[in-house]
Amino acid sequence: MADDEIILADLSDDELVMQMHDDLYDGLKEEIEEGVNILISRGWTPYDTLTKALVAGMTIVGADFRDGILFVPEVLLAANAMKGGMFILKPLLIATGAPRMGKMVIGTVKGDIHDIGKNLVGMMMEGAGFEVRDLGINNSVEKYLAALEEEKPDILGMSALLTTTMPYMKVVIDTMKEKGMREDYIVLVGGAPLNEEFGKAIGADAYCRDAAVAVETAKALVLRKHNQLTA
Amino acid sequence: MALISDDLLTAEGLAPAHLGRVLLIACGALAHEVLALKRVNGWDHLDLQCLPANLHLYPDRITEAVTRAVEAQRGAYDSMFVLYADCGTGGLLLARCQELGVEMIEGPHCYSFFEGNAVFAAHPDEFTAFYLTDFLVRQFDAFVWRPMGLDRHPQLRDMYFGNYTKLVYQAQTNDPALDAKAEDCARRLGLAYERRFTGYGDLAVVMAQAAAT
Repeated sequence: MADDEIILADLSDDELVMQMHDDLYDGLKEEIEEGVNILISRGWTPYDTLTKALVAGMTIVGADFRDGILFVPEVLLAANAMKGGMFILKPLLIATGAPRMGKMVIGTVKGDIHDIGKNLVGMMMEGAGFEVRDLGINNSVEKYLAALEEEKPDILGMSALLTTTMPYMKVVIDTMKEKGMREDYIVLVGGAPLNEEFGKAIGADAYCRDAAVAVETAKALVLRKHNQLTA
Repeated sequence: MALISDDLLTAEGLAPAHLGRVLLIACGALAHEVLALKRVNGWDHLDLQCLPANLHLYPDRITEAVTRAVEAQRGAYDSMFVLYADCGTGGLLLARCQELGVEMIEGPHCYSFFEGNAVFAAHPDEFTAFYLTDFLVRQFDAFVWRPMGLDRHPQLRDMYFGNYTKLVYQAQTNDPALDAKAEDCARRLGLAYERRFTGYGDLAVVMAQAAAT
């Protein structure tokens, strides 16, 4: 064992949380899993463990990705580490009735198999307290609409990586309009070739440039929707 | 003419020779093919400038890079052609080329125009294929393996490629060594392998149009 190896169990809570932020940044899955188990064993709630250790750590990763300090491979490693922590926390969160922000159906559009961004958004949304139904890749309008009917979510999220597939988002939104169900849902879109202008042009509620923006946008729009309903 | 290094075409591109009255502004990934077509057709009046092929790692930078190249050469040639397809610019490159008054290649990307846009569009079911051209086979490590971090983190491979089913090598030339290398690329990515000879496809058509001006 190296002399400078950090023993997670020897750290105070604050030190451990800071160390977990570093470990997430470095994509160290086993260390994250160990850190989560230590915090839970010390009586932390699953919700606090999730938000203060994992989500806060991934927020740093997201910010550095946006600023060009981190790149896709490092973000994927961090996401994989967070996934390890989430796997432990998910059943505990359900059992302890953690706060629920809302529900989202998310999927990559028809003809597109790229799911890295979509998976990151799904994970960060779960971390923020949203229930997420992930439809996976290559989703037809019929599959999106069936999931909306079934799940009655607050939000529909659509993702595309290709300029050839991103127009399909408009097909989905136009079909929702035709069926008179567009206003029942918040529609968020994202993906590398998209931009705000495209999001507006196809009739989405918002374009989200990364997972952190998706979470903040989702929170704000869900809150606004709930306020409108109660006004 | 000495063979141009792929590494140079990837990172720096190629400056025009200022020989010829028609300038082709191309992606560095097309340089060998453009020069081959120029040579076999005797199109000595076509000059070639290449932008770095690695712009494809940042498609949002392509439109501005092409714009700068066109504006820098404005007046130096009788006409200019842009040898890029949409290449992930989401229509922005086409709109800019129209503003600039220069023509470009139709289609979404080089995989499409090498096969022929009409033929490529006829198999939309092939969206689980990962394509490589001659250039990309030669530059696989510089374009795919290293930028994706697979040299440092091979465990990420299936996060990137888990939804792909096959690697299609679109061969512009008949080169057994490239064929073998492409097959090895497929093995490294954990994908089935298919070689498909395309030749130069619509690139030859566009260059013939440029040569006729």
